[in-house]
Amino acid sequence: MRGTPSVSRRTILGGAAAVALARPALGGTPPRVVVVGAGFGGATAARCLAAGGVDVTLVEASERYVACTGSNAVVIGLRGIEAQTFRHDALGRAGLRFVRATAEAVDPAARRVRLGDGTVLAYDRLILSPGIELRFDAVPGYDAGAAEAMPHAWKAGEQTVRLARQLAAMPEGGTVVLSAPANPYRCPPGPYERASLIAHFLKTRKPRAKLILLDAKDTFSKQRLFEAAWAKLYPDVLEHVPLAGGGQVSEVDPAAMIVRTDFAEYKADVACIIPPQRAGRIAALAGCADRSGWCPIDPATFESRLVPGIHVIGDAAIAGAMPKSAFSANAQGKVCAQAVIDLLAGREPESPLLINTCWSLVAPGYGISVAGVFRPTDGLLADVPGAGGISPLDAPDAVRQQEAAYAESWYRTITRDVFG
Amino acid sequence: MRAARPVLAALAALVFGTGACAAEMRPPPGASSCTGCHAEGAAMGRLEGRSEAEIVAALDAFRSGTRPATLMNRIAKGFDAQESRAIAAWFAAQGAR
Ligand SMILES: Cc1cc2nc3c(=O)[nH]c(=O)nc-3n(C[C@H](O)[C@H](O)[C@H](O)COP(=O)(O)OP(=O)(O)OC[C@H]3O[C@@H](n4cnc5c(N)ncnc54)[C@H](O)[C@@H]3O)c2cc1C
Ligand code: HEC
Repeated sequence: MRGTPSVSRRTILGGAAAVALARPALGGTPPRVVVVGAGFGGATAARCLAAGGVDVTLVEASERYVACTGSNAVVIGLRGIEAQTFRHDALGRAGLRFVRATAEAVDPAARRVRLGDGTVLAYDRLILSPGIELRFDAVPGYDAGAAEAMPHAWKAGEQTVRLARQLAAMPEGGTVVLSAPANPYRCPPGPYERASLIAHFLKTRKPRAKLILLDAKDTFSKQRLFEAAWAKLYPDVLEHVPLAGGGQVSEVDPAAMIVRTDFAEYKADVACIIPPQRAGRIAALAGCADRSGWCPIDPATFESRLVPGIHVIGDAAIAGAMPKSAFSANAQGKVCAQAVIDLLAGREPESPLLINTCWSLVAPGYGISVAGVFRPTDGLLADVPGAGGISPLDAPDAVRQQEAAYAESWYRTITRDVFG
Repeated sequence: MRAARPVLAALAALVFGTGACAAEMRPPPGASSCTGCHAEGAAMGRLEGRSEAEIVAALDAFRSGTRPATLMNRIAKGFDAQESRAIAAWFAAQGAR
C-alpha cells in the first residue's frame, strides 16, 4: 500500500498545491485545525497534522521556546541556557501557518479562537497544549514577585538562569532549600533530579553546604533509585524531609529568605520553591479545566470531556497514569493528530498505545529511568500491566552511564523532531 | 499490514510525513511513540527500513529477557505478539519507500 513514490516527500510537504490536494475532501471548505502552544505537545501535533495534509494554524505566544528537559543541568552550570533554546522558524516551514500571538479567548459554540491582536481564527477542531500555569495563590507569601528572590525555575528561561546565578554566588557552607509540590505537577521526577544535581554541585563546589528538600508528599517517582543514589553519593549533603516528617511548606518570606513548615523554619541562602500548578490559562478560559485545574479528556482522542471539538494534550491534560512529561506530550501530540485526522475524515479513531520514558540524572554520567506503556482502559489512560517500571536497583555503573548517554541522545532526537 | 478500509485508501496516498508522524497509512497503535527515541543519527537507531522479522525478533528477545537492555525490555512487555508484528511491518514498509 504505497503512496505516490515518484513524488519526493519534500515536494509533497513543501508544495502548497500538495497541501491543498491532501485536505480530506468532505465538500465545502476544507476542515481547519488550530493548535495553541508550540511546546512539546502542540508543535508535534501541528507538524503531524500538516504532514497529514490538514490545514493547520499553530499559535504560540513566546518568541523562543526554552526547553525544561535537561534544564536541571543548567541550574548547576553544566550546560548553557542556549542549549535549551529553540526558535520556531522550522515550524513555519513545515507546511503549517505559524502565528506569533497569545490565544486569549475561545468560543466553543462558534468554534472560534480570539488572539491578542484581535484576529479571530475559525476551527473545526482545536488542540490546546498550553503547558502549565504556576499557582501563585497556593503557597502563602509565594507570588510572582517572590519568585525573583526564590526562583521556581519550573518554566525554563530567565528563572533557570536566575537560580543558576544564585547557586553559583552562594557562600561555602550555605543552605539551599528546595521544595517539591504535591501531585499532580509537571515532570514528577524533576524535583528529585534537581535535588540530586544541586547536591552534586554542593559536594564538588561548595564545601560544607547543605541541601534541604522539603516535600509535600511521602512517595515519589523513581524513589528507591533516587534514595539509593543519595545514600551513596550525598549522605552528608542532602536531607529529604517528606510530608510525614513535616515537609509541606506552609509559608515563605522572600525578604528574609525564610521557608516555613508547620513544624520548622528554614533560613536559606538559596531557595527554590516549586509551587503547585494547573493547566495553562487558556484551557480554563475555554472551559476545558475541571475543579482540579486540569483537563479531563477522552483517552483515545484527547478530546475534552467538557467541551466538544477541543482536544487537550501535554501537561494540561488529565492523562491518567501517563506523567506530565515532554515525552508524553510528544507521544500524545502524534496520537491526537492522528485521531483528529481520522475524525475529520469521518473515520473511527483506533484505540492507541502510548509510551513514556523519563530519564533523570542523579549525577553527571549517572542516569536512571522510568518507563511505561499506556492504553485507554475504563475511560482513562492506564498502564499496560507487566510493562514499564524503573531501572534495576542493582545495575552496575556502566548501565547508569549508558542510561545517561541515552538521555542525552533522546534530548537531541526529541528537540530535533519537534523544533528542528 | 492491516487491510485498507475504503476511506483510508482514499486518504492513504495523501498522508505523508517525516519521522514522528510519517504516515502513508495509519500507523498501528504504539508505532508513533517508538520514533520519540529511534531516529537517524540517534544512539537508538532508526527503525524505518529494518525488516519486519528483525524487529519482531528483537522485541521478542527484549520481552523474554534473552537480549540485554537498559530499557527496551520494559517497553517491549507492553506489546503482545500481534501488536509487535503490526508495528514491525509498518516500520519495514516505511523504509522501503
Ligand atoms: C526542570 C524540568 C525538567 C524536565 N525534564 C524532563 C525530562 O527529562 N523529560 C521529559 O519528558 N519531560 C521533562 N520535563 C517536563 C516537560 O518540560 C513538560 O512536560 C513539557 O514541556 C510539556 O509540554 P506541553 O506541550 O504540555 O507544554 P510546554 O512545553 O510548556 O508548551 C506550552 C507552550 O504553549 C505556549 N502557550 C501557552 N498558552 C498560550 C496561549 N494562550 N497562546 C499561545 N501560546 C500559548 C507557551 O508559550 C509554550 O510555548 C521537565 C520539566 C521541568 C520543569
Ligand atoms: C524511550 C526510548 C525508546 C523508545 C520509546 C523505544 N525504544 Fe527501542 N530501544 C531503546 C534503547 C535504549 C535500545 C537499546 C537497548 C536498551 O538498552 O534497552 C533500543 C533498542 C531497540 C531495538 C534493537 C535495535 C538494534 O539496533 O538492534 C529495536 C528493534 C527497538 N528498540 C524497537 C523499538 C520499537 C518497535 C519501539 C516502539 C514500540 C521502541 N523501540 C521504542 C529505546 C527506546
